[in-house]
Amino acid sequence: MTEDLKIDAHVDGIAVDDEPTAGVVGGEDEAAALCAVSPVGLLAELTHRCPLQCPYCSNPVELESVKNELSTEEWCSVMRQAGEMGILQIHLSGGEPTARKDLEEIVKAAADAGLYTNLITAAVNLKRERLEKLQELGLDHVQISFQDVDPAGADRIGAYPGALKKKLEVAHWVTELGMPLTINAPIHRHNIHNVPRYIDMAVELGAQRLEVAHAQYYGWAFVNRSALLPTYEETLASIEYVEAARERLKGVLTIDMVVPDYYAKRPKPCMGGWGKGFMNITPAGKVLPCHAAESIPELEFDTVKDKKLLEIWIGSDAFNAFRGTDWMKEPCKSCAFREVDFGGCRCQAMAITKDPRNTDPACSLSPYHAEMVKLGKDEAARPATEFVYRNTRNAAQMDKADSDPLVPAE
Amino acid sequence: MTETRSATRLIVDGNTKPIMPRYLKLRHDAGRDRWVLLAPERILTPDQVAVSVLQLCDGERTVEDIAANLAKEYSAPADVIAKDVIELLQDLADKGYIKG
Repeated sequence: MTEDLKIDAHVDGIAVDDEPTAGVVGGEDEAAALCAVSPVGLLAELTHRCPLQCPYCSNPVELESVKNELSTEEWCSVMRQAGEMGILQIHLSGGEPTARKDLEEIVKAAADAGLYTNLITAAVNLKRERLEKLQELGLDHVQISFQDVDPAGADRIGAYPGALKKKLEVAHWVTELGMPLTINAPIHRHNIHNVPRYIDMAVELGAQRLEVAHAQYYGWAFVNRSALLPTYEETLASIEYVEAARERLKGVLTIDMVVPDYYAKRPKPCMGGWGKGFMNITPAGKVLPCHAAESIPELEFDTVKDKKLLEIWIGSDAFNAFRGTDWMKEPCKSCAFREVDFGGCRCQAMAITKDPRNTDPACSLSPYHAEMVKLGKDEAARPATEFVYRNTRNAAQMDKADSDPLVPAE
Repeated sequence: MTETRSATRLIVDGNTKPIMPRYLKLRHDAGRDRWVLLAPERILTPDQVAVSVLQLCDGERTVEDIAANLAKEYSAPADVIAKDVIELLQDLADKGYIKG
């Protein structure tokens, strides 16, 4: 996200996004001041169970089984600890968080702890009575993902029949109940042409916010990249359309946009800096600096079963591995932007270059950058491959260590 | 549901009765000793002037009322304050944080 979040001489702002790649961005001085005390955002992946099978899912390829999930009391304790240590916002996600029968208790614990609560849901199994109950218990905001604006496309992408109709119904309930609604639009080559219709739909639904979230190619999306990555031209056209719509819809709809790294010149300030403002907890209680961090083999993670959240934030090896700038190699080390973008995404450096200390290849200063752009453009020019759907069967079959690293430029 | 829906851009003037939607939470953060305005996927950090304005945005007071109130509090000319308040509220309205 590149928009200037300074609102006025009297009000500064920072974005706290659930996307692993955004974290806390914008208003750098403000973010630094807030995060000097503790993280501001916590993404709680309550479960990896999900009725949908979207091929760009941000969950790790190795899905956590239900028997390892944290208990109700363990999640409630996490919420209390989060409030005490100064975390401000909690994103209840998954998988599908409503698959947890104890979501009500977790929401209540979060609200009682003073956290601003955000439910990130696929919505296909959500009943109106349950939504009302969650609101009553203190739920502040609902985010619903829409796989496409065409019913057939939505069915195919999420592998769930009738999803669109059900999602629209829940979205209407959210606004009828007077709750703020975010529409999440995961964008890729099969729906990028529908960006204008997503915007119209968000306005018609009375949403406050639309996330035009181009797939980020880690986890399942990395496996499915040749099925998903749109062309450079389509991407540019969609960005231009969104920018014009933002101006047109000022005060009506906030549109946030995340673009694909493969066509970027500068890397995203991943998580607003590693271990700076954001933490993520897996269904089994592992505490991660970002939700793709398990793709970096050298990292070891603490769990909330063994340690206090604050202790993990301060002392965990995984959080300290890439905190600040000491870990950097050139060209990051001497770069004027090192504390602006923090060298980009560690997980992407790992995925593409096999070394998490390398500059994110999304950066034009990375020796791998030209190769990555070419890879993206070549793939997007070929016919889309078949989806590898996100489900436990495919997870079991996946051998994710089989892709060869790119060769750096001379 | 005027609170969540706004089909058109709110243009703030002296007669506007601004209201902060109830899903926004203006809170004093004790640990950081500062005010924060919590919004969907955003954390805003208003300064003391903005906090004073936001606390008066109850949907009943007009912008003129708010400016008069602040003029007294800060011993400043009401017309100067009104201009600042309109500017602040317009910016907030454009980002979706204030409705009229």
